[in-house]
Amino acid sequence: MGSADLIALWISFRLAATTTLLLLLLCTPLAWWLAMGASRWRVLVDAVVSLPLVLPPTVLGFYLLILLGPAGSLGGVLQRLGLPAPAFSFSGLVIGSMLYSLPFAVQPLRDAFQSVGARALEAAATLRASPWNRFFTVAVPLASRGILTAVVLSFAHTLGEFGVVLMIGGNIPGRTQTASIALFDHTEAYRLSATLVAICFALLLIVYTANRRLRATGLPA
Amino acid sequence: MKTNARKYPFGAVAALLGLVAVPIQAAALHVAVAANFLGPLQNLAPLFERASGNQLIISSSSSGQLYTQIKQGAPFAVFLSADLDKPQRLESEGLTVPGSRFVYAVGALVLWSPKPGLVDSAGKVLQAQQYRFIAIANPQTAPYGTAAQQVLTKLGLWEPLNRDRKLVTGENINQAWQFAASGNVDLAFVALSQVLGADGTIAGSSWLVPQTLYDRIEQAGVIIAHTSEQAAAQVFMNWLRTDPAALSAIRSAGYQTAN
Repeated sequence: MGSADLIALWISFRLAATTTLLLLLLCTPLAWWLAMGASRWRVLVDAVVSLPLVLPPTVLGFYLLILLGPAGSLGGVLQRLGLPAPAFSFSGLVIGSMLYSLPFAVQPLRDAFQSVGARALEAAATLRASPWNRFFTVAVPLASRGILTAVVLSFAHTLGEFGVVLMIGGNIPGRTQTASIALFDHTEAYRLSATLVAICFALLLIVYTANRRLRATGLPA
Repeated sequence: MKTNARKYPFGAVAALLGLVAVPIQAAALHVAVAANFLGPLQNLAPLFERASGNQLIISSSSSGQLYTQIKQGAPFAVFLSADLDKPQRLESEGLTVPGSRFVYAVGALVLWSPKPGLVDSAGKVLQAQQYRFIAIANPQTAPYGTAAQQVLTKLGLWEPLNRDRKLVTGENINQAWQFAASGNVDLAFVALSQVLGADGTIAGSSWLVPQTLYDRIEQAGVIIAHTSEQAAAQVFMNWLRTDPAALSAIRSAGYQTAN
């Protein structure tokens, strides 16, 4: 495994961590609204959020490219404003990964918030807990397993993605070449493959152990 | 920094000169290369770095995807395609440096099996049809797939093989090779460059398909107009077209060259 592979691994991890963090910030209010809201638009939003599951990654990547590239509609506008176009850069990878992993963050969060239910929150409200207080001291602990699942699925899914990052990133070593793309370039990439498998396995093992612990402490699923 | 500059004025000047000189001396050159030429280009890169001091930063994908990315402003300076068509299209769209296009390699088609003795040196195994599956690359998107289709059509086998469902189509030439290398198909039409060993021999058994049975697989390269690495790109393209060491490396990778 050469230094280029290590750099690719590092890019993959930065990408997965950034994507997961941003998705968590963005998807928590969205999932809350989907779980607790009363709007009839929720069905539509649910379907849109799930769209990346059925779209082929290269199709998603293609549309992102013609939107975000220097010659693209949005990318071109950004460039005229003196800002870099997101395609072929790390920020482009993050945007692509966030879209691609969106359902993996939203769906566990939505289900977890749904299972918290209105009753526990109403009980807290009668004890004069403020909305924020109710969210952080009642909803989050009760939904902790769902949150953990969302984090791990987003992280792992980003780590393994290929089609979207290849299209939007351009496979540029040191900039947008992630480990999963570097693997594709090698004909014999046993070491990099094995490293990636070992890391993902360790990650999942930690999560499932933590999940069992959470269950053992008596928190409902 | 300040105290250092006072203490070592010559050092500071030298460092400044170095900063100015470095980008000219060792410029980074972003090259987009079709997947089938990635291996050869990786072998060419250190030769070019030694000859010119410029470092190649190589991005690889299918020619079609690279074409799309270049149209969308990808930061590539040189595009080495697996065909003639895509560089020509970029040229007619005004996205290349005029006059920069040339054929850097001509590919050769091989009927190949990892099993010794299965493929005879005249390709008669094709007519005998004693095999379950034969793999080719997608004729719609891969130049070697198009060539394989031409060969099978000329031999009158395209219709019968399709009718008997004996054709397996890989997304690209690498996948066609993988089908055969993993033993999942008996035979595959692959690129000579994929099966030619470093010692100049081919493992398993093979038939080098005569050039008369398919259109020349010309792989062309161009310099992209919007690049800021024009100077280094020109140096690289000249080197790739004329340098004896480069040409011999391309040939020993299983391609013909124009020079």
